[in-house]
Amino acid sequence: MSVIDELFSSNPYSLSASRKNKLLVSELNELTSFHYSNCEPYNKILTNFGYKPKKRIKAIADFPFLPVRLFKTHKIQSIPDTEVLKVLTSSGTTSQVVSKIALNRETATYQVKALANIVTSFIGHKRYPMIIVDSDSILKNKSNLNARGAGLVGLSNFGRNHLYALDENMNLKKEELIAFAEKFGNEPVLIFGFTFMIWQYFLGECKKHGVNIKFPYGVLIHSGGWKKLIEISVSNKIFKSELSSYFWIDKIYNFYGMVEQVGSIYMECEHGYLHTPNYAEIIIRDYHDWSPLPHGKKGIIQTLSLLPRSYPGHSLLTEDIGHTVGTDNCRCGRKGTYFLVEGRIPKAEVRGCSDTHAESLTIFNQ
Amino acid sequence: MTNIEKLNAAFVEALDLDPNESIRDSYSYGDPKWDSVAHMALVVSIEAQFDIMMETDDVIDLSSFGKGKEILAKYGINF
Repeated sequence: MSVIDELFSSNPYSLSASRKNKLLVSELNELTSFHYSNCEPYNKILTNFGYKPKKRIKAIADFPFLPVRLFKTHKIQSIPDTEVLKVLTSSGTTSQVVSKIALNRETATYQVKALANIVTSFIGHKRYPMIIVDSDSILKNKSNLNARGAGLVGLSNFGRNHLYALDENMNLKKEELIAFAEKFGNEPVLIFGFTFMIWQYFLGECKKHGVNIKFPYGVLIHSGGWKKLIEISVSNKIFKSELSSYFWIDKIYNFYGMVEQVGSIYMECEHGYLHTPNYAEIIIRDYHDWSPLPHGKKGIIQTLSLLPRSYPGHSLLTEDIGHTVGTDNCRCGRKGTYFLVEGRIPKAEVRGCSDTHAESLTIFNQ
Repeated sequence: MTNIEKLNAAFVEALDLDPNESIRDSYSYGDPKWDSVAHMALVVSIEAQFDIMMETDDVIDLSSFGKGKEILAKYGINF
């Protein structure tokens, strides 16, 4: 059994810092060297930054990282086109340029298994009747799923009797929803959707039309960023309390994740912190010199994941701001680093990233 | 219908396969017509055909026709 398969068969938050660190350093060395040998653009970037393939990297913070936006502008993959199973794209709601992530069978399988490993640790192994707060029209283009579609499909594995609660014009399917609640309202149900869609099209529309449905045994999982909700002053706390008081749902879990690293998601625990699973890590970096920051200090989030095998996305600098809170000592009992995301880098401050980006472009064009 | 015929029928219905061809054990997720979206339809179809409810891990592990037989054995359905 490979290291990663072993990880998928244990609790995703089981490793304490020293063991996890040892395992990640070893696996990330292998991944870095694999992508270095199999992805030409990555090879050029690393060579330029002085990477020596035979020299082992000793600390997690020392692994080279790529800015996520590189995947928006360049085709970066470590497998021949013939091995591409599918290409994931970002939703492209906030920017017109989308990331393109090429997956082979191995990476796609790891993504599904990691997601299952994490989500079942929160909700158990049974599949519950499920409401998906979205429209199934988004699944029409199967070979080129965007992040939203991939998220819906990925999460739908955890449910049964799926109800897509919105039609293609984002109107609430009121009758279907009421029928669903009558049939399943007194048992555990799973509700999944993107944060803003749940707020606007599910809670908002139910309130507006007086759709009085309750899910006292419900579990709600949501993701997709807070940008739009922050604009209308809705915090995570307000989000939770409003949903809980309207639908009687107590278990509400947000998660942080990105299309460039599907699968290794960061779930929010009962105490409101996002948790790194065994096969992923978070490092917060200083805006000015990229140095790693201690717990509590705000900076740019770098995410490391053992899942990407078909593209060099195992160490990425995101465009999100956050801070780590601690390691191994969250009150919820989960091991690993836990953290909070505070938002996106404001456009004016993206300069650092753009510089890195421009630098990489030069390397590409050599 | 025998169990193998039922499983075959579930695949044919969910994945829109040729009903006259018997499916090989090696037919896998990622092969033509079996993608992540079709996968949920396949699970629904198998559950209806055998009147069972699969656990999440089995839904995830269902990676080939042959694997499907192995998984169903756990639910007392033998081939």
